[in-house]
This record gives sequence, C-alpha cells and structure tokens, in this order.
Amino acid sequence: MRHGRKIKKLGRTPAHRKAMLSNMATSLIMHSTIKTTPVKAREVCRVVDRLVTLAKRGDLHARRQAALTIRDKAALQRLFGDIGPQLTSRNGGYTRALHWGIRRGDGAPLSIVQLLVEKSTPEEETKDKKKQSKAKTETAAE
Amino acid sequence: MPLPKRRHSQARGRKRRTHYKIAAPNLSECSNCHSLRLPHHVCPECGFYNGKEIITPGKD
Repeated sequence: MRHGRKIKKLGRTPAHRKAMLSNMATSLIMHSTIKTTPVKAREVCRVVDRLVTLAKRGDLHARRQAALTIRDKAALQRLFGDIGPQLTSRNGGYTRALHWGIRRGDGAPLSIVQLLVEKSTPEEETKDKKKQSKAKTETAAE
Repeated sequence: MPLPKRRHSQARGRKRRTHYKIAAPNLSECSNCHSLRLPHHVCPECGFYNGKEIITPGKD
C-alpha cells in the first residue's frame, strides 16, 4: 500500500518527473513567475521553497546541494546572489500559486506561480545580471 | 456477439441528449475593477487577487 507517500507522480517516470521539476524550478528562478497546471504548480513550489532555504544558508555545501537540482549556472547565481538575500526576513512560503484560468487548446486549468521577490522588468533583470556577473568577475579578479 | 434487437430511432437518441447541456460558468465580481471573473482566480482584467496586484495585464 502507498499510504502516506506524498509524492505526486504527475503521470511520469521518476527520471522524467525529476527532470521536469528541475526545468520548471530553473524557469521560476529565472523569470520569478510561471504559468502551469495547478498540480505541477504546487509540486514546483515544494522544490523551489527547499532551494530558497539552501540559498539562505548560502555556504558551499548548500550551493552544491542546490546545483543537483538547478543545473543552469546563471539560475544558480541568481538563486544564491539575488533571491536568497532578498528572502532572509521570510520564514518559508517563498512561493505563491494562484488560479489563473483555463488554457486554450486543451481546457486545462492554469495556475500562476510566483517567487516572492521584488518585481523587476525583464530589462532591469538582464541589467542586474550583467552587473552581478561583472561584480563577480571583479571580485574574482581581486 | 450481442447485438441490438431493434433499430434505435433518431428521436430516442435526441430525447436522451436533451439533458446534455453546457452549464454557464459561475462568475463573480472582481473586488478591484468590478468586472466578472472566475471565483478564486486572479482577475484577468486587472491582475488583482485578494486586494493585491499579482500581475500587470498585457505584459505577459
């Protein structure tokens, strides 16, 4: 019996599920908001909340643990450099999932998932990233 | 193999299907912009939910 096993299988094999949640977590970190189906939304919230907890710890071991899920270098930098410090005052609940509407095409209900960080336009974000990477190269040079 | 004994008239099927109806969506009024939206959903017109702006419409 599978009593008390809390994993939502999402109709996928374990490898497929892991890969999908990793991709979705990366997208959420990069864009701060994504739209998906409600079940996937809740699952990706679980994953990202844990990642933010790691980011708040911020040591090398935490970074390597997060890198197991977030394979994208830029996303990992954003998680540890930008998102983690912004959420130090918050204890859990770093993400928000709300109902959004119905998807055209297959009529699936959609949710909107947000990472509770300050809003920034895509332009500002890219600028910030450039600044960050610049700052990082500078500190590395020193 | 079992087969229908009698022809099924068009009227029989059509009478049965008179109960197949689309229900109107249960809409409620947005507390921010007063347009109609799905209950417990972010308003697609103004992007507000529970008194807070969640998303700026049109930007997507």
